[in-house]
Amino acid sequence: MTNVIEQLINGLRTGSIYALIALGYTMVYGIAKMINFAHGDIIMVGAYLLYVFIDIFKLPIILSVVLTIVMCSLIGVFIEKVAYKPLRKAAPLSVLITAIGVSFFLQNASLLIFSANPIKFESIIKVNAVHIGNVSIAGITIVTFIVTSIAMVLLTSFIKYTKTGYAMRAVSEDKGAAQLMGINVNRTISITFAIGSLLAAIAGILFLSQYQSLKPTMGALPGIKAFVAAVLGGIGSIPGAMLGGLALGVIESISKAYISSQLSDAIVFSVLILVLLVKPTGLLGKNFIEKV
Amino acid sequence: MALLEVKNLGVSFGGLRAVDEVDFHIEEGQLYGLIGPNGAGKTTIFNLLTGVYQPTEGTISINGENIIGKKTSDINLVGLGRTFQNIRLFHNMTVLDNIKTALDNQYKYSLLTSILKTPKYFAIEEEMDREAIKYLEVFGLADQADILASNLSYGPQRKLEIARALATKPKLLLLDEPAAGMNPNETVELMNTIKLVRDRFKITILLIEHDMKLVSGICEEIFVLNFGRELAKGIPSEVLKNQAVITAYLGE
Repeated sequence: MTNVIEQLINGLRTGSIYALIALGYTMVYGIAKMINFAHGDIIMVGAYLLYVFIDIFKLPIILSVVLTIVMCSLIGVFIEKVAYKPLRKAAPLSVLITAIGVSFFLQNASLLIFSANPIKFESIIKVNAVHIGNVSIAGITIVTFIVTSIAMVLLTSFIKYTKTGYAMRAVSEDKGAAQLMGINVNRTISITFAIGSLLAAIAGILFLSQYQSLKPTMGALPGIKAFVAAVLGGIGSIPGAMLGGLALGVIESISKAYISSQLSDAIVFSVLILVLLVKPTGLLGKNFIEKV
Repeated sequence: MALLEVKNLGVSFGGLRAVDEVDFHIEEGQLYGLIGPNGAGKTTIFNLLTGVYQPTEGTISINGENIIGKKTSDINLVGLGRTFQNIRLFHNMTVLDNIKTALDNQYKYSLLTSILKTPKYFAIEEEMDREAIKYLEVFGLADQADILASNLSYGPQRKLEIARALATKPKLLLLDEPAAGMNPNETVELMNTIKLVRDRFKITILLIEHDMKLVSGICEEIFVLNFGRELAKGIPSEVLKNQAVITAYLGE
């Protein structure tokens, strides 16, 4: 029983990181109507930036974390301006391929700078494990829960109750009408990329603190998993991304522990297929009815 | 100087001449009607005015300022608000939030303020709520402020769209077939509301309709469009007697 609870907690930890990343996919999809496949690589960029600030420049931890997050946001906005904005009116497939190109570019740039050898990195999170009865919860897990919960609450209230939030929702529903309300669509899309990349940076930092090792392709797998989480929850839906991320983490961890660690990814993707067969728009996705 | 001045406006889509040599001007405070049979190019003119389409030739100026080539959101800031023939509300947002998106440019607080939820944030949000409710009250929608726009019935949705366009504080309000799909009673009521809005908010209104009787009842001047070209313009009583207009509407 203890074991089950521990596995569940592990799953929720990984799941909440997936959820953070999935939020970026889902927000960008909701507003720019594109799948930003380079999103997962922002995690890697964030992790390397943190490593550079702490181990090479020897900056204080808090400052490094803040700098990493700010720089990832800026990089996200920069990528959007350079790679995606010129394709605003292009076919979705062109944008998708460009996104894959950006992803390769980021991975290869870091391969060039840091080489393919994994780099060791000591976790910046030094919190002792907590024991509740027989269950022990690692410090990193507690920090991950706290950070992701705060990020999600802030994001939800930002989108629900602020001016920029109304603008984002308006753009996601009807760009043309939003422009006629005086909303600057390009600025709104930039803000969306900034927020998405900021969340990916946080995910990168948490991820790095957990696995304590860096390599140029480290963002690819969590990126894909988070994308699956976003689709599972219903792409475009923010609560959906959160739910999808957590569900994916738990399924993965339970199947690793009790079925087969090699089959766990296969199980995760099978669940995705099953959900999409029953509910093609994802768990919390809206059924789209075209009015004629 | 006229509030809106349109000179020699024309646009082609491929080989199709959608609008050709259209000239008109609207004085401040006027209620101006743009009418014409289906497919005459009325909505195309609206799309040209709001920068959704770029004209092939001609000029459009508001208070003497040329607006051709400006972004739609900037044209809105110059003073042009509009509604759509097929309602385009933000359906998944509440009635109140729909109005608040239109207030977006009139209130400023920084991203940081909104994340930290400082007192300034609450003060501005409260003011926006109050302002938004004012617009809803004019259209009798205030008690439905918190329901989703998609749950309003048809008439109120039309009204909300007009209220939302008004909330951008336009100098010139463009209404694209505001009475489409309404029954005769609702139409009369709406026309009265439009007049009231013009007087109360002291704005100028350009209205598209294809029901000529209706337009001639409230508009001070009308422009009749047919196949993208001017058929007639002037005060309604004269235009309605124009033989070409009668032919276009009723046939030979």
